[in-house]
Amino acid sequence: MVKVEHLVKRYGQNYALNDVSFEIGEGEIVGLLGPNGAGKSTTMNILTGYLSATSGNASIDGIDIVEYPIEAKSMIGFLPEQPPLYQDMTVDEYLNFVYELKGCTLDRAAHLAEIISVVRLSDVRTRLIKNLSKGYKQRVGIAQALVGDPKLIVFDEPTVGLDPKQILEIRNLIRTLSKNHTVILSTHILAEVQAVCERVIIINQGKIIADEKTADLTRAIEDSYHYEIRISGPQKDVISGIEKVRGVKTVSATGAKDGDAYCYVIESEKGIDVRKPVFNLCAERSWPIVGLAPVGTDLESIFIRLVDRDNGVPETKRDSRRRKAH
Amino acid sequence: MLAIYKREMRSYFTGVIGYVFLVLFLAIGGAAFCLTTLFAMNADVSSFFTYMLIFSAVILPLLTMKSFSDERKTKTEQLLLTAPVSITGMVLGKFLAALTMYSGALLVNSFYFVILYRYAEIKTANLIGNVVALLLVGMTFIAIGIFVSALTENQLSAAVGTMAIIVVFLLIGVLNSLLPSAYWLRYVFNCISIFTRFQTFTNGYFDLSSLIYYLSVSAVFVYFTIRVYDRRRFN
Repeated sequence: MVKVEHLVKRYGQNYALNDVSFEIGEGEIVGLLGPNGAGKSTTMNILTGYLSATSGNASIDGIDIVEYPIEAKSMIGFLPEQPPLYQDMTVDEYLNFVYELKGCTLDRAAHLAEIISVVRLSDVRTRLIKNLSKGYKQRVGIAQALVGDPKLIVFDEPTVGLDPKQILEIRNLIRTLSKNHTVILSTHILAEVQAVCERVIIINQGKIIADEKTADLTRAIEDSYHYEIRISGPQKDVISGIEKVRGVKTVSATGAKDGDAYCYVIESEKGIDVRKPVFNLCAERSWPIVGLAPVGTDLESIFIRLVDRDNGVPETKRDSRRRKAH
Repeated sequence: MLAIYKREMRSYFTGVIGYVFLVLFLAIGGAAFCLTTLFAMNADVSSFFTYMLIFSAVILPLLTMKSFSDERKTKTEQLLLTAPVSITGMVLGKFLAALTMYSGALLVNSFYFVILYRYAEIKTANLIGNVVALLLVGMTFIAIGIFVSALTENQLSAAVGTMAIIVVFLLIGVLNSLLPSAYWLRYVFNCISIFTRFQTFTNGYFDLSSLIYYLSVSAVFVYFTIRVYDRRRFN
């Protein structure tokens, strides 16, 4: 559906994008993730034909965006970072304008009514856009992208500046859309990717540093697992006992206490699940386990590690940063 | 292109610019008409058209100042540039909308001449020639205005910049009279002076080369505007 090959975008001596390539299949919902200024918006702007790349090419459904811009653009619905709304129009007027602008051939009344009900704008149809709240403006922006029922929908940071309830609504909406459309969305919020996307492409400093299924990401990055475990029992015995379990690399007490239980962090070797042997050990010695949770496997810490690795931050510093994150 | 044209026309009237333009154009046009013909007991309209030319130079930048600068400022141009519309279509849509406003005002203005027929014998062809000339000059000014508004985000800079370029085009004629008569530069200035070319019309001649001149200057500035957008994608 989308094919991006060796995309380079240079501003003077600075590379906004440096050899970015990826492919997105039909019906996929992909998150572009990266810190601010990583090149997410640039990628999307090139993909939608707003900017031109310095070199490399992008095509939608096999149609090159630079060579056949009109054909390619007619397959894309784009919500830019700042929704492109004419403040002096009402929602109805605006959507009608977009309908005409895109040269749609679908039945106008039925199509627009459907979009308005999907993004829930029926209450504000006759209001001027400038008088709408931010959440509604964002929804008008989304509605605009849906006009013409494009195959590919591109959302650039769709939930920025919205309140938590609106964020949930927009995420649900995007999930609904993904049933019939290919969706690309960019964000710097990791929870969003986890909540919405099947696949995540992580960009940092204009380069792709990871391209994985959201679920696989954890496994692909981790070379060891960390668990936080809370055990009530004599601290020294617990540490020396767990250290002897096969697969355990290190055990250390964090110093925190949960009732009469102490907190420990266990680092295990790659590919060995130490949770069961640790449980058996504790059961044998009658040390009740009151808590056990994996550490550092959420996207936040993976993301920080990936970005740090890419930026060349040394491993030890990374570790301390990761602990701080928790 | 049609969608952009329609939106542009609507935006003239949802805001104040359309009304301000029409009111000023018709009011000042009416006043100039009264002063130069009726009050002066004169059926010669050439001075009226000269006034209108100068007045157009001041007021037309108001009509075009918003065209692209506002789209750029509010980022709505991103919608236009990612929609399946060519850049040429987008620029022409806006150009034609401004031209429609201007021709409309000019057409209404032309009804003033009906009064003259009561008092004197009027050469209709001469009048039509003058109106067409004013329309062509206005078209050139609009093309310049559209181009300048594509260069900036600020409406005021767009208006002032447009006026500056127009004034240069107008003053070339004045500058000309200061140059020695056989000087080659004088010939060049004569060719590109909007004012000198306009005067052939007010004197009652329909000059084909001037027609081509106005059309091509407009085309050049419309083309420049398209190029500005073409280039911007790479910057």
